[in-house]
Amino acid sequence: MSLDSKIPKGDLANKWTEYKSSVPLVNPANKRNMEVIVVGTGLAGASAASTLAELGYKVKAFCFQDSPRRAHSIAAQGGINAAKNYQNDGDSTYRLFYDTIKGGDYRSREGNVHRLAEVSTNIIDQCVAQGVPFAREYGGTLSNRSFGGVQVQRTFYAAGQTGQQLLLGAYSALERQIGLGNVEMFARHEMLDVVKIDGVARGIIAKNLITGELERHFGHAVVLCTGGYGNVFYLSTNAMGSNVTAAWKAHKQGAMMANPCFTQIHPTCIPVSGAHQSKLTLMSESLRNDGRIWVPKKEGDDRNPNDIPEDERDYYLERRYPAFGNLVPRDVASRAAKERCDAGFGVGPSKMAVYLDFKYNLMNKYGKAEATKKGIANPDEDTLIALGKDVIKEKYGNLFDMYKQITDENPYETPMRIYPAVHYTMGGLWVDYELQTNVPGLYALGEANFSDHGANRLGASALMQGLADGYFVIPYTLGSYLSKDIRTASMPTDHESFDKAEKEVAARIEKLMSIKGTKSVESFHRRLGLIMWNKCGMARNAPDLKDAIAEIKALRAEFWSDVRIPGTDKGYNPELDKAGRVADFLELGELMCVDALSREESCGGHFREEFQTPEGEAKRDDDNYMYVASWESKAEGEWELHKENLEYENVKIAQRSYK
Amino acid sequence: MEKVLNINLKVWRQANPEVAGRFEEYKVETSPDSSFLEMFDVLNEQLINSGQEPVAFDHDCREGICGMCSMVINGRPHGPKKAVTTCQLHMRSFNDGDTVVVEPWRADAFPVIKDLTVNRSSFDKIIASGGYISVNTGNAVDANSMLIPKDDADTAFEAATCIGCGACVSACKNASAMLFVGAKVTQLATLPQGKAEREKRVVAMVNAMDAEGFGACSNTGACAAECPKGIPLSVIATLNKEYTKAKMKGF
Ligand SMILES: Cc1cc2nc3c(=O)[nH]c(=O)nc-3n(C[C@H](O)[C@H](O)[C@H](O)COP(=O)(O)OP(=O)(O)OC[C@H]3O[C@@H](n4cnc5c(N)ncnc54)[C@H](O)[C@@H]3O)c2cc1C
Ligand code: SF4
Ligand code: FES
Repeated sequence: MSLDSKIPKGDLANKWTEYKSSVPLVNPANKRNMEVIVVGTGLAGASAASTLAELGYKVKAFCFQDSPRRAHSIAAQGGINAAKNYQNDGDSTYRLFYDTIKGGDYRSREGNVHRLAEVSTNIIDQCVAQGVPFAREYGGTLSNRSFGGVQVQRTFYAAGQTGQQLLLGAYSALERQIGLGNVEMFARHEMLDVVKIDGVARGIIAKNLITGELERHFGHAVVLCTGGYGNVFYLSTNAMGSNVTAAWKAHKQGAMMANPCFTQIHPTCIPVSGAHQSKLTLMSESLRNDGRIWVPKKEGDDRNPNDIPEDERDYYLERRYPAFGNLVPRDVASRAAKERCDAGFGVGPSKMAVYLDFKYNLMNKYGKAEATKKGIANPDEDTLIALGKDVIKEKYGNLFDMYKQITDENPYETPMRIYPAVHYTMGGLWVDYELQTNVPGLYALGEANFSDHGANRLGASALMQGLADGYFVIPYTLGSYLSKDIRTASMPTDHESFDKAEKEVAARIEKLMSIKGTKSVESFHRRLGLIMWNKCGMARNAPDLKDAIAEIKALRAEFWSDVRIPGTDKGYNPELDKAGRVADFLELGELMCVDALSREESCGGHFREEFQTPEGEAKRDDDNYMYVASWESKAEGEWELHKENLEYENVKIAQRSYK
Repeated sequence: MEKVLNINLKVWRQANPEVAGRFEEYKVETSPDSSFLEMFDVLNEQLINSGQEPVAFDHDCREGICGMCSMVINGRPHGPKKAVTTCQLHMRSFNDGDTVVVEPWRADAFPVIKDLTVNRSSFDKIIASGGYISVNTGNAVDANSMLIPKDDADTAFEAATCIGCGACVSACKNASAMLFVGAKVTQLATLPQGKAEREKRVVAMVNAMDAEGFGACSNTGACAAECPKGIPLSVIATLNKEYTKAKMKGF
């Protein structure tokens, strides 16, 4: 099977403009007869569903939560990038494009990334028009901050809850279309298979999670916006329900999974505190604008951090990466934290944590500025702290509150303790420039696809990508596909392909219910997570990955013979739903290890211990691995690799340096 | 050794909307560092291992932002702590040996689905009736062409932090949704972008609220006291003002 990325020919900066102006259109009368299924209502799904409905298509939208407003995007904290250059600090579309390609360690497509940078500015305009209350300056203009891996201030934000505000904007657009009758919403529904007719995606099988009934839904096209699969690690910063099921079913129906091992481990999360832990909590990267990361210079130093004098602290990021300091990209910051902790310099009860300390900027940056504004001459330390605290509170108040709630420590006074945690998956369904998978009519948007972030995503770029895909890309590219399908009338769902798909879904549910084993679903999920974290996490090597593959196979066999699912398949049964998701994770985990094993280089978040520079940085092998690894499912536990070679015509590839 | 708390739970169990519910008693051993929902995870693991059905409860983000978790704990929506959701409530707020009573949201507009899970789709219907600014994708002007005074932006933001959890309704003896609706109306009426539709919006949303079976507001303030996001009572005053103005203009 050959993979055609369908990148338009021509100048990088003109590709998208030309595509848009030459793309075939669907006339308004025909649009009304065309049905589109959108699975997922996060930033990608809500923006896609509302925009497609505005254009006149008949849309059906699905989510598994009780309301579209609760998609995992709601939890995004720090911000969203856009090349507005409102700060006049040298930003441009090209710079955002370049930063993203470099940040991704040269493993993403130039054409896609440039388009993303181009539409980034439209996103901010659109969100403001919807009433998204971004942070503003006293003059009434929009405010910006910095994120890792860049030297400009291009991140727009709403305190530490940017995702919430963006999603509520997209949700309100979606609800408007629901109110107008252009979108039919199916909340508390889970998609359990893609239905193909003659090789083309024509619908889905969904389960009504309340009644337990299976439903058939037809669509001229199916758009998956179902988020990332970080929960394969059990502990992650993702919401509890985030899962791979929709993407995995698509994969089993022929859609390729691309770069599945590219996982983002986020450097600043609240450390694990005990066995009861069900999830990990992110402390936004935006905190690295004002927080300095350090560990004691002395191994095993148990003193209260506030008692450790300046010259006994190792600000290791500032030391190792003077040009970017605390704002190096996530993969670099995470590995550096692991290195210090593994070497015995970690802090806190578990010694698997580093400090994120705000005192310096709280006093010197904000405290002093406020004192000057208020005309206080020679302020003492307490005054500076009090003044700076108010500024910090306005910027990150909800994050500080959350930290206090979870750890019972006050981060305004004591440095936060943080450690890396699984956060995001760059890998996902393979899509071409049009966001279409290799299955005709089946599209993937947002975190569910693999498209724009290469081997490492820069902060504040996922929100940008989700909304770019949904508001500004899919309306054009899906139109191009549907324009060739206008003669296809809506199909009745008693077609044999629907029969077959529904029977298979029902059979799998029956099989799960019939096991009646002894161990809870949760216990399998935890065990899988541990294997993944230890052997396919921040550092990987061939022997571990081989072990992991064998262990996952064994765990999967055990699951299918010994899982205990209470209740019945009728009615509301969250344990049964969770079992289906964990069963899919048990297959995905294996593929991630297979992918990590086959990629014999280090790049971005994928760090193979065998391949590193003398300074311990990731060592790429561009001659042999400058490709997208796309895996085709052959049978359970069997895949075939297809390579999409990456071509760089505009960016000069180099070893990434943040020194 | 890690500290443990022994908690006696009285949990509302109801198999489905058609049957009557009742309280069941359970004992759980938990760490003070656990969240309230992690304590429920332990309970559910216990129930599954002993062949019983786990307690169904809504949750997703466990970070206090999605608005999905919804338990009435010892008579109070989201429990004893101010400005904290159920998922962010930690067991260190309880003492060894405490008895804790856990119920679902109680309101006609939020029927019970199972155990502690309720149906809040009425909130979505209120938003669909007018809780938005009518702007199609692609119609926006440059974001900085509209200057918004910081105070207005802050007021709008504060109101926009509502997570749509429904604690306000559950806390109110009339099951009124005025705080929820007031938050959205205040956000959009404060911003210049939202002013064009303000009258139409407020009337539509209030009508939808009444149609969904929420009660009238009698100004007890219980909603704001229990709101995990600290949405202030002033949004209800704004809602009333907006509504009266719209009505006077004949909307
Ligand atoms: C704590 C946290 C903070 C973050 N902060 C930032 C940030 O500051 N900036 C940034 O750019 N990025 C951030 N990210 C990343 C970003 O939030 C996500 O990548 C992004 O929101 C994903 O959006 P999405 O629309 O692709 O998917 P999601 O928001 O995950 O939505 C998935 C949707 O699919 C539905 N769904 C899934 N499976 C099924 C199924 N089988 N059937 C039916 N429906 C299904 C769900 O119900 C949901 O509606 C953060 C991530 C986390 C975890
Ligand atoms: S106003 Fe407060 S209590 Fe009511 S739904 Fe919003 S966040 Fe929840
Ligand atoms: S689970 Fe999301 S707010 Fe509690």
